[in-house]
Amino acid sequence: MRVSESWLREWCNPPLDTSGIAERLTMAGIEVGAIEPVAGPFDEVVVARIVSTRPHPDADRLRLCEVEAAPGEPLLGIVCGAPNARPELRVPLARVGARLPGGLHIKKSKIRGQPSEGMLCSAQELGLGEGQAGLLELPHDAPIGTPLRDYLQLDDHVIEVELTPNRGDCLGLSGLARELSALTDAPLTAPDIQPVPAASDRVLAVRLDAPGACPRYLCRVVENVNPQAPSPLWLQERLRRAGLRSLGPVVDITNLVLLELGQPLHAFDLDRIGGEIVVRQARAGEMLRLLNGQDVEADPDLLLICDAMRPLAAAGIMGGADSAVDDGTRSVLLESAFFAPRAIAGRARRFGLQTDASQRFERGVDPQLQRLAIERATQLLIDLCGGVPGPVVEACSEADLPASPAICLRAARVTHVLGCAVADDEIESILSRLDCALHREDAGVWQVTPPSRRFDLAIEEDLIEELARVRGYETLPAVRPAPRGNFPPAGDDRVSRQRLALTLVDRGYQEAITYSFIDLRIAGLINPEARARDRLFMLSNPLSADLAVMRTSLWPGLLRAYSRNAHRQATRVRLFEIGSRFVVPPGSSPRNVESVPPDAMVAGLVAGPRSPEQWGVSATPVDFFDLKADVEALLASTGCARDFTVEPGEHPALHPGQSARLLRAGQPVGWLGRLHPQIEAELGLDDSPLLFEIELAALTAGRVPAYSEVSRFPSVRRDIAVVLPQAVPVAALLATARGACAEAPVQDMLIFDVYQGPGVPAGFKSVALGITLAAVERTLTDADVDPLIARVVRALTEAHQAHLRD
Amino acid sequence: MTQDPQQLADEAQRAIAACHDETALEQLRVAYLGQKGAVTELLRGLPQLPPEQRREFGKAVNVTKQALETAIEARRTVLREAALVARLETERVDVTLPGRGEQPGGLHPVTRTLARIEALFRGIGFDVEEGPEIENDFHNFGALNIPADHPARAMHDTFYLPSGLLLRTHTSPVQIRALERSQPPVQLIAPGRVYRRDSDLTHTPMFHQVEGLMVDEGVSFGHLKGILVEFLRQFFGREDLPIRFRPSFFPFTEPSAEADIGCVICDGAGCRVCKHTGWLEVLGCGMVHPNVLRNVGVDPERYTGFAFGMGVERLAMLQYRIGDLRLFFENDLRFLRQFN
Repeated sequence: MRVSESWLREWCNPPLDTSGIAERLTMAGIEVGAIEPVAGPFDEVVVARIVSTRPHPDADRLRLCEVEAAPGEPLLGIVCGAPNARPELRVPLARVGARLPGGLHIKKSKIRGQPSEGMLCSAQELGLGEGQAGLLELPHDAPIGTPLRDYLQLDDHVIEVELTPNRGDCLGLSGLARELSALTDAPLTAPDIQPVPAASDRVLAVRLDAPGACPRYLCRVVENVNPQAPSPLWLQERLRRAGLRSLGPVVDITNLVLLELGQPLHAFDLDRIGGEIVVRQARAGEMLRLLNGQDVEADPDLLLICDAMRPLAAAGIMGGADSAVDDGTRSVLLESAFFAPRAIAGRARRFGLQTDASQRFERGVDPQLQRLAIERATQLLIDLCGGVPGPVVEACSEADLPASPAICLRAARVTHVLGCAVADDEIESILSRLDCALHREDAGVWQVTPPSRRFDLAIEEDLIEELARVRGYETLPAVRPAPRGNFPPAGDDRVSRQRLALTLVDRGYQEAITYSFIDLRIAGLINPEARARDRLFMLSNPLSADLAVMRTSLWPGLLRAYSRNAHRQATRVRLFEIGSRFVVPPGSSPRNVESVPPDAMVAGLVAGPRSPEQWGVSATPVDFFDLKADVEALLASTGCARDFTVEPGEHPALHPGQSARLLRAGQPVGWLGRLHPQIEAELGLDDSPLLFEIELAALTAGRVPAYSEVSRFPSVRRDIAVVLPQAVPVAALLATARGACAEAPVQDMLIFDVYQGPGVPAGFKSVALGITLAAVERTLTDADVDPLIARVVRALTEAHQAHLRD
Repeated sequence: MTQDPQQLADEAQRAIAACHDETALEQLRVAYLGQKGAVTELLRGLPQLPPEQRREFGKAVNVTKQALETAIEARRTVLREAALVARLETERVDVTLPGRGEQPGGLHPVTRTLARIEALFRGIGFDVEEGPEIENDFHNFGALNIPADHPARAMHDTFYLPSGLLLRTHTSPVQIRALERSQPPVQLIAPGRVYRRDSDLTHTPMFHQVEGLMVDEGVSFGHLKGILVEFLRQFFGREDLPIRFRPSFFPFTEPSAEADIGCVICDGAGCRVCKHTGWLEVLGCGMVHPNVLRNVGVDPERYTGFAFGMGVERLAMLQYRIGDLRLFFENDLRFLRQFN
């Protein structure tokens, strides 16, 4: 909310400068976001009177004005182009020597050959906002020669306060002034608002059909207002400083009262209302055209102000176009009502609106304010536009008005919550300044009744916050609590997420963080299962189509990051991410799922040369086995590499000949492989990166190491080369070999060569296997080893048609 | 005719001195001192000498033999040293060339920041908990004292799923889950991803928060200030970092506060980042609202607690002087590598 400092000081004028007020408010939770001057920097601008005008001899659009700049001074000749320059108009004059906003310096000059001794100014030229076109028209009684800054009180600031949603009471100058008064102990000097006696008996009956939503509704007829009356400059200035435009005196008056008291008012054109006022919930399908021209269809939870026939206004949000006041309005019906916050909250947003009224009613308007506000508006209306007021009509359902029940406050609880004691008399003083009624029940126990405008004070803690807030949080101690923590989980069989991340980092991977929502099309490409939408979490209200569905894999995000980097000339990309994927659990559908268990993944992407470009290594593109080595490094960091197996598997996103499923203890836990060339093309990539994705849980489960005795005797290594059909996976060969020497003291078994080519028949390959053995109790001899090797060869022959290579 | 040992010695010494490699030297040694070598041959001729000369001759031959052995050894040493020097010279490399192989990558700045926050809080005994990113209305709003028509919901632009579940708008639901699981004392932080339907220069639809919670008997606002002041000073590495607590509003805390730090960019002098106020808002906090405790079956008369929440990107931006939030999720390697 924007308030003029000078207006605020009319209500409460503490001995603080502007920034002092801002600081005090901010440190009490009424955050001041900005302080701005209400006018641009200028000087030597005075109120002046145009005495006469005549056409410029050499320019159609210019006029020569004689201007009185000070009583008794010789008239000045000034050339002016404004269409509204006319005799007897009082306008701002920038005298010779004046400086205007934007650095303009006024000098004696000649305009198209005619001398000009100053400049007549528009609102815009003085930094007074948009204003109307042409010269700023000052009232006829504006004293000639007076500096404009003094006359319009332009040495003023707009204080912009950023209110938290609980402080609806400060959405009016009076609330803010009361707050400032409580904070500074400076007196409140509210204007005296007296009831305006009725001068006619014209009334409109009011019926409250929804008293829960609208427990209080006041209205008043004012007939025979002058539709031609202008909004005076002071009123326009007040509105302008609050960020509102002048829209004619009737609307300006309702807005002024809104700004001043925080009570939204509405003015209807009385002649466009049929019969009576009914406040009721909307009927399904009812239509209303709002003031802004928007046609809205009402839901039954929308509260309407209606006449005998039709809706007139969306209560607490905006009036209707059909009953709005305009230039021809002769008689006005003023409305001042209390609408319950829950009857207004969220409704305006549904229409894409946030109005000054809805903003206040949503947060809560003082339910005791309506009569004061309607009297204030009546008085202003009569002062500015004339008119004959009727009596105030009030419909009220007392039982439905918000109650302000007393709250029990205990000094001991204050100490407990704040960590320091607040003296009883200070408690009483602060709460009294906040207009709370106190009843001391016992030593250190009070029954506290907050003022009706403070909807946010409902429980003891709310009062404790008030005490802390008004004293200042800086007065509270800062104490380190006694230690009370638990040992952090440090299971020896757990592998931390950080350990896994650093394994990849050490292998040249850069961590990425990508959005959890992705493009539906990409989701379908990567995970065709996801094309069946019943496995997907689609957002009901996505920001855009490319952020519309929760990811079922981390690959789309990594591919997008890769693509971006590739477009920015990165040739070698190694990225990984650890994060959740979101898959509808089996047995549920996206419509009935109740909870989504964590499902974190570790995924990586590599593309480009195997090594960073360097002098001693030739550039070779990465292949499947580079990626697999990275995956194996992750598996090794679990200490349970043996639990994992890799088997050929087809994944729709992966190259069918270079894709593998990763299993742990026989359960699938991940995939690795090269991106399918077709998807590469669909994504517009120039290179097909390699990808892996593994369930985090499969990698964080490690083991507690168990020591086994190390042999002190030399080990024996035997190498054998076997020729076998090409289709036999090496993993199968190794498994068979391991099985054959299950009982033997094998230390290590490795593949050290795979060969196809001359010397090996087509369709076969030669695989060289190295077996290292060592017994704990003695040196092994040929007699120990030879039968074992023979057994291995026999097993390989039986299982895989392998034979020893010649 | 037997040779004169002296003559032989002179000849051999010349040969040794002229020898330039170890193999040739060994051949010389064999030629003179081997079983069939010249010196050995001299001794073989000993019996033929008159007995009175034998002793003298034998002595001379032995002197020669020893002299030659010494000379050969000395020469061998010289040659070995020279060979080593030569070898070392040929094996000389340009040590200023870069090392071979892979260079490490790095963690994302958000992860790096989270790791520091976690380490600091673990150090004073806070647990680190996680919660689901797809949440239900109760945990994200209802239990946190944010009823359906509460204006505070306007502050959270929420992503919804067709089932009515939602993407959590803050990490505060983890408070609720932790208190549902165990009675106080509870002290934890909950880092993680959160989502709000907002995207512009200063908002991304996904970002990270760390929630903190301490509930026990006798926990006060003073403790909240104590922990957070110390945390912020540790995090920014400045013992004298100015910190202020300003009243604010959150439905799930009462009293509530925003914590501001003196601007770390301009040291409080006023700059664009702090909007010329000298202060930067870095976290929201407060005493857990009694309704929140009641919602999870904790007696607010007996237990009190504080909670706080901070934006991780915000802290990372201040710590690393990053000017644009969106950089965090573009994953440009030129950005990411700066945090290695």
